[in-house]
Amino acid sequence: MRTLWRNKLVAIAAGFLVVLVIAAVGSLIWSPFDPYTPNVAMRNQPPMTASDGPIPHLLGTDPLGRDLLVRLLQGARISLGIGLLSVLVSGTFGFLLGLVAGYFRGWVDDLIMRLVDLQMSVPSLLIALLVLYVLGPSILNVVLVLAITRWMVYARVTRGLMLSLRGELFIEAAQSLGASHLRTIFRHMVPNLLAPVLVLATLEMAVMLLTEASLSFLGLGIQPPQSSWGLMLAQGREYLTSAWWLVTFPGLAILLTTLSINLIATWLRARSSDTSRDSLGSGVIEPRPGWPTARPRAR
Amino acid sequence: MTEPILEVTGLTKEFPIGGGFGRRKETLVAVDDVSFSVLPGEVLGLVGESGSGKSTTARCVMRLIEPTRGTVRFAGEDLLALRGPRMRRVRRGMQMVFQDPYSSLDPRMKVEDIIAEGMVIHHVRSGAAARRARVRELLELVGLRPDHLTRRPANFSGGERQRIGIARALALDPRLLICDEPVASLDVSIQAQILNLFKDLQQELGLSIVYIAHDLATVRHLCDRIAVMRDGRIQEIGDRDQIYGAPRSEYTKELIEAVPIPDPIRQREKQERGAALRRAAKAGPPAEVPTPAVAKAARP
Repeated sequence: MRTLWRNKLVAIAAGFLVVLVIAAVGSLIWSPFDPYTPNVAMRNQPPMTASDGPIPHLLGTDPLGRDLLVRLLQGARISLGIGLLSVLVSGTFGFLLGLVAGYFRGWVDDLIMRLVDLQMSVPSLLIALLVLYVLGPSILNVVLVLAITRWMVYARVTRGLMLSLRGELFIEAAQSLGASHLRTIFRHMVPNLLAPVLVLATLEMAVMLLTEASLSFLGLGIQPPQSSWGLMLAQGREYLTSAWWLVTFPGLAILLTTLSINLIATWLRARSSDTSRDSLGSGVIEPRPGWPTARPRAR
Repeated sequence: MTEPILEVTGLTKEFPIGGGFGRRKETLVAVDDVSFSVLPGEVLGLVGESGSGKSTTARCVMRLIEPTRGTVRFAGEDLLALRGPRMRRVRRGMQMVFQDPYSSLDPRMKVEDIIAEGMVIHHVRSGAAARRARVRELLELVGLRPDHLTRRPANFSGGERQRIGIARALALDPRLLICDEPVASLDVSIQAQILNLFKDLQQELGLSIVYIAHDLATVRHLCDRIAVMRDGRIQEIGDRDQIYGAPRSEYTKELIEAVPIPDPIRQREKQERGAALRRAAKAGPPAEVPTPAVAKAARP
């Protein structure tokens, strides 16, 4: 019963994300209102206000009289796009470094892992703010900064998985057959560690969304007239007492999207648990067999 | 006298243990000055308890790990002097069968790809059709149904998996097979089947085999000569009949005593004989000084 309910939840979460993506992309093709044109007569109207367009302002309007739903969907494109792109960049980078560190060991491993430690010891938001302050805010810079602050998560996890794979006999078997390093890594090791890394990437997507929202909220992320969910929160804050819908809907959007992504990630993780058990975690403490750790929930 | 196919001389492997942050650095001598040779078509048993350095010897010979000292000559070539692709080409004639058939097969690959991998790596029998034909041939040779090509290792039992591992090792037509306790993790009933398979293959293909085992029970049937290892050293090496009939070292005698006899009365007699032997050994001077496995070298 429990798994059924969980799967139902996962189905709802996946459905929500699909609808969100379709709506966000679809609003490029057809949209009842323009996301950039102000309409001063319609400032801060509550949800369901009648409009001069084909449909009412379903979620109300913002301080410049623009339709909030349309703005929200435009923000979704930017927020999700940044999230995906930065996961891709940081994931590729960290994954490759983790492969190298875990396979060759020695000084390469030491160098990469000390870099990881260095990065982990500095708060990532601080680095992000600093870099964005120097480079100036733009969408590409935000992607870059997000990638810089999160690559080490993949490096750690990938390295750990590589270390445990190195002990497997089939890796030794491949080498004794004469497989080169590249063949051993990409034909035998990568396919066996891809699933947990992909689960991690899904989780990281949610982290990226939240970080981008924080950066934009602090004014160093997306710049007006473009919008992202974090920026909309920041702009709506001034009207918190008079126009609740300005912060509620972007906030809900962030909450529901990250929640959905996390649910899907958890489900994926449970599904691939034969290879990824105990290998994810926070990346800070990696539980080993024999350690007193919390028992995994009985299935 | 014929030229040996494999000649190992003075093979030594030391592992650093401890060390770092002011602690004393020690070395564990896992393999200590081991020498042996294998003639073409000969089966050499390498027997010893856990931790006696059998597997490390095998991995050094295969050059999966670098030995500290010593030479390994395979088919007249000094394997340790070669590098990279040249070394891999020479080593092609020497293949390994691993102990644990559960972790020695890549769980994500199909049986066909597992067995054909060596051929792909060394570009022999290029063309998918030629390779597939060879894989079918090999499956038949090791006693598996040739239409199981597209299954994955999870669909096979332990014995069947070990047969797949053997087929993989045979795919490159090796002259020498190194088998690292290939039956140790199998059921007893399956063990006999696999041992017979080795025997048949050896006769059919004229293979040389280095057969590693932890007890003398399984090797008697298969091996021409037997080397007994303990604490990284070869205690005794000799013909099978000499090892069983007139063992020279105390350790070999102990190993022979440890082989159970499937007859309760004779087994009890044997145990009593063994106890008497041990009492005698205790009373008299020690027959052998145990070799220290850990040589300590204090760091300045």
